[in-house]
Amino acid sequence: MERKTKVHAEDGKQEIVITREFDLPLEILFKAYIEPEIIEQWMGTKVLKLENKKHGGWQFETSDAQGNVVFRANGVIHEFVLNRKITRTLEMENTPFPVQLEFFEFEKLTDDTSKLNMHIVFRSVADRDQLLKMPFAQGINMAHNRLQDIVSKLKYIV
Amino acid sequence: MNLRRDVFQAIADPTRRAILMLVASQSMTAGAIASNFDTARPTVSKHLQILTECELLGQEQNGREIYYHLNPQKIKEIADFIEPFRKMWDDRFNKLEAIMKEYKSEKTE
Repeated sequence: MERKTKVHAEDGKQEIVITREFDLPLEILFKAYIEPEIIEQWMGTKVLKLENKKHGGWQFETSDAQGNVVFRANGVIHEFVLNRKITRTLEMENTPFPVQLEFFEFEKLTDDTSKLNMHIVFRSVADRDQLLKMPFAQGINMAHNRLQDIVSKLKYIV
Repeated sequence: MNLRRDVFQAIADPTRRAILMLVASQSMTAGAIASNFDTARPTVSKHLQILTECELLGQEQNGREIYYHLNPQKIKEIADFIEPFRKMWDDRFNKLEAIMKEYKSEKTE
């Protein structure tokens, strides 16, 4: 099967590009990023705040089965162009990761298909690599409690 | 954290990468590996220890000699390290797609 989701992470660069083609019209894909009830369904996270406009803020929160908050992230929206573009910052609260900058570009392919281009810029190459390794590290190295703690938080959002 | 056990830390060092290249073609003793470097023998031993600890190298006793060989499984894990990250996003986007297809059909009914 063809890999619909592609991740491009060039060696020595502090950025990641994630692309994905969807069997969805552009407007429907974009809706999945701006409607809190829908975000909650596919991200599995609670939307505390989401202001879809320039200089708007956002905050998501994830709880475990017992209701304890395990992960919280927030940021500011810098650009918001309906059905085209969202530029935002992302900060993972209570983790050592510095804030990251995210560019989402939405593109119409046909009436029924669309494409998302997600470009994430990190503060340093090391920060990027650490984030990329998280799901990998989760699989091979559970030795370090702190790392494990961060990994279990990260799998909800990254 | 014991950084020596981190495979990415291990391959960040140029000498250690050179050692991996050397033993990729054939198993070698510590002495044979060391003879390829200007570095002091104990330094090479230290590198071998680190590579062995993180399982990039395996050891095999042959008579009185210990031969080092590459552990291809571990090398493959490093080459594929981005795959779990991709898989995570793929799963998430598949979910988004399924939810939105449902949403779309509800809207058009």
